[in-house]
Amino acid sequence: MKSNEQTRSLGRKIAGIAVLLAGGLLAATLCFGAPASSAQAPSIFKPQSTPADSIFRLSLLVLTITGLIFIIVFSLLVYSVVKFRKRGGDDGREPPQVYGSNQVELAWTVIPVLVVLVLFFATARVIHSIQDAPKPPGTIEVIAIGHQFWWEFRYPTLGVVTANELHVPVSDPSHPSPTFLTLLSADTDHSFWVPRLAGKTDLIPNRENHTWIDPHETGLYLGQCAQYCGTQHAKMLLRVYVDSREQFDRWVQDEKKPAVVEEQVGEGRRIFETTACLNCHAVSGTVADGHFGPDLTHLMSRATIASGAAANTPEELKMWIQNPDSIKPGSLMPAMQLNEKDLDALTAYLVTLR
Amino acid sequence: MASDTIALGIADQDARPIGEKLHDWVVTVDHKKLGILYILYSLLFLVIGGVEATIMRIQLIVPHNHFVSPQVFNRMFTMHGTTMIFFVAMPILFGFGTYLIPLMIGTRDMAFPRLNAFSFWMTAFGGLLLYFSFIGGNGLYGAGNAPDVGWFAYAPLTSRAFSPGHSTDFWTLALLISGIGSIGTAVNFITTILCMRCPGMTLGKMPLLAWLNLVMGGLVILAVSPLTAAQIMLSIDRFLGGHFFDTQAGGAAVLWMHFFWIFGHPEVYVLIIPCFAFASEIIPVFSRKPIFGYPVMVGATVAIGFISMSVWAHHMFTVGMSSYGNAFFTATTMVIAVPTGIKIFNWIGTMWGGKIQFRAPMLFCIGFLFQFLIAGLTGIMLGASPFNWQLGNSYFVVAHFHYVIVGGILFTIFGAFYYWFPKMSGRMYNEALAKWHFWLFLIGFHLTFDFMHIPGMLGMPRRIYTYEPGRGWDIWNLIVTIGVFFQIAGVLVFVVNLLWSLLKGEPAGNDPWDAWTLEWSTTSPPPDYNFATIPVVESRRPLWDIKHPEDPDWKYE
Repeated sequence: MKSNEQTRSLGRKIAGIAVLLAGGLLAATLCFGAPASSAQAPSIFKPQSTPADSIFRLSLLVLTITGLIFIIVFSLLVYSVVKFRKRGGDDGREPPQVYGSNQVELAWTVIPVLVVLVLFFATARVIHSIQDAPKPPGTIEVIAIGHQFWWEFRYPTLGVVTANELHVPVSDPSHPSPTFLTLLSADTDHSFWVPRLAGKTDLIPNRENHTWIDPHETGLYLGQCAQYCGTQHAKMLLRVYVDSREQFDRWVQDEKKPAVVEEQVGEGRRIFETTACLNCHAVSGTVADGHFGPDLTHLMSRATIASGAAANTPEELKMWIQNPDSIKPGSLMPAMQLNEKDLDALTAYLVTLR
Repeated sequence: MASDTIALGIADQDARPIGEKLHDWVVTVDHKKLGILYILYSLLFLVIGGVEATIMRIQLIVPHNHFVSPQVFNRMFTMHGTTMIFFVAMPILFGFGTYLIPLMIGTRDMAFPRLNAFSFWMTAFGGLLLYFSFIGGNGLYGAGNAPDVGWFAYAPLTSRAFSPGHSTDFWTLALLISGIGSIGTAVNFITTILCMRCPGMTLGKMPLLAWLNLVMGGLVILAVSPLTAAQIMLSIDRFLGGHFFDTQAGGAAVLWMHFFWIFGHPEVYVLIIPCFAFASEIIPVFSRKPIFGYPVMVGATVAIGFISMSVWAHHMFTVGMSSYGNAFFTATTMVIAVPTGIKIFNWIGTMWGGKIQFRAPMLFCIGFLFQFLIAGLTGIMLGASPFNWQLGNSYFVVAHFHYVIVGGILFTIFGAFYYWFPKMSGRMYNEALAKWHFWLFLIGFHLTFDFMHIPGMLGMPRRIYTYEPGRGWDIWNLIVTIGVFFQIAGVLVFVVNLLWSLLKGEPAGNDPWDAWTLEWSTTSPPPDYNFATIPVVESRRPLWDIKHPEDPDWKYE
């Protein structure tokens, strides 16, 4: 009987410790696990743009307050579970029957109300600073249009159209050149999310949404569609290249030029312009002016195809034209049913579209 | 009163042929049988929904995995979400309510026994209709089988252009039908609780379980009605050429979001409030003290009910509301933390100074308290709308609401199951197996859902069938999937315990927990008529008064 009781009290201790560990584990991973992760991760804790940075600073406040609440309530819980457990050698009498206490109830109503007030005002400030930010002169305007399952980017003032890889200039805080995006959708709901630059904003058909970024450092920032939009939602990836001002201006100049036509790929061009390709794709300066798929005028200026699902190499490009489902099952581009010779000629034409 | 029940020829019932007994279950209007039917039906769907979740987690165990196609994956998350909310969580809670409310308020059945049966069968056929889509969803179009639009089915994915065939129609009709069942049940709960309490049981002397189910019933009526309306509008779009949500013809995608979430957020409270009720019955009994601050608990629940009707658009912080809209819904969302916090403090206050017995029901309730605390705090993070612009629709949100639904709701349901199993079956469950169930499930739960928060903060959106390597997501997804297998082991132990105890469990007796509410005053299982004479109560704990005539509750209330 005694040994049985000992095992039981041991069991309870183990139980208590396990529960402590479980809670501690979450707290620890929340605090340390996330920031320590891979350098490439599009982590919300490594902001590089004002909206993401304001959110990051707000999140530190929220995490601190909720962390403190967690420690206090967690300790109370553990203390009451351990301290008031039924012990061996109990006299079997019922404990004192306590029905409540108005003072205590009042205390644990008023304190949370005050905490909520602090959190609300801190949050409202950040909402206003991000959503109602004025557009400074020198703003780059971009229209982003979500498609199943790729991104179209139009720069109306610069006369540039591209897809899936957004180029923006770095923004120097002393001479800000932020990028303001107008978000539209051609079909279903999508969401524009590049965690290190800004929180997400949805692209909804029949609706115009807005967001903005002002990246502080050049480089590549990864993101992807964050609103379920259909079969290939997972491979609607998004790349934002933040260029130096000179790089960006050069990129704009290159993108504005019509396609360069090279004589030796005339056969590939003929195939492109006489099959279904031109129904969906545009190549400026040629008869191809479809708008259902990405603009291919400067295809080779992009690092990836299929909205980031594959690298933009001649081999991947050929595989993509031959059978898009092998890279992105459910994408809306049909397999083109070309023979090997035509496929090679077409690929040769596409890789000249620089 | 405890010994007042008399056997009225029940003994010879067991001699009847099996067909007749099964027929009895189909035509029954007895609240106890219907309650058990609800619970068994939900457990079946719990297993199905669990299999769907396992398929998704195996697919996500490594990046670029090829376990299932994107089409199958998208069907799995749609069916998993729809099943778990509409055909597991809601019906199992309705089942406990249907079984317990008449017993706890000292009456012989629900106010409308036939409506009760009708409601159960509507829910049951709704579930069957949803799953028939695996066979019938092709229609004549050959376009997919089970629905793949996500459990909140955002427009315009549900329009004919993006969702040909009939899979979406199965989803719409299944929810429409089960929704009618839910509203029937809610009407029945409210009427029963308001009109059928035994003599002496004023509103202030009802068990908390009755109070909380009353609030839940009100929320069901307010929340499910707009969902039903939205399903009818969607059907009009799909069949009669309407354009409510058809954006190609000028419809509004955001309108659907408002309709869905004005259902969807109160729905969370429809699910969690009955679980608060279980915790409010179980924690006092195993702490050997009355609930701390009964009037405040009632007030906090009613407050949660009202506030929960004003927070829906916190699911829509990313759709481009104005800064004032975002600020308003941030405020309402954070305010709801106050009454919720009060409840947690009152449960701690109940344990404080008690003599806590760590039986399985109590273990699950303690797990609930820890996990619900964390779920509430991540809820505050998500409620701060700018933080939500980062965390919303990521795996952080998935972790958060599973913390509520598994860590909060499912844990208390398991607790309630062990607590009332002796009453429902007449036999005790196996305590050792129950503890194995608890620890396996606890470990699995924390492996899965603690670590699921992290890829969300690292930019991993939800509902993706595969992901790119090298983004820091791989290791977390691996751990998350490993946790699933511990949860499966826990549920298997639970099923074994259930079957073993039904056949071989020790007879439980009327009152195995030395508890205080009326259901423990009758036999286990209770006779068809519940009580031979309708009890008369003087306090919130009538059995305490009988057991302690020297110190009865009614002196203090």
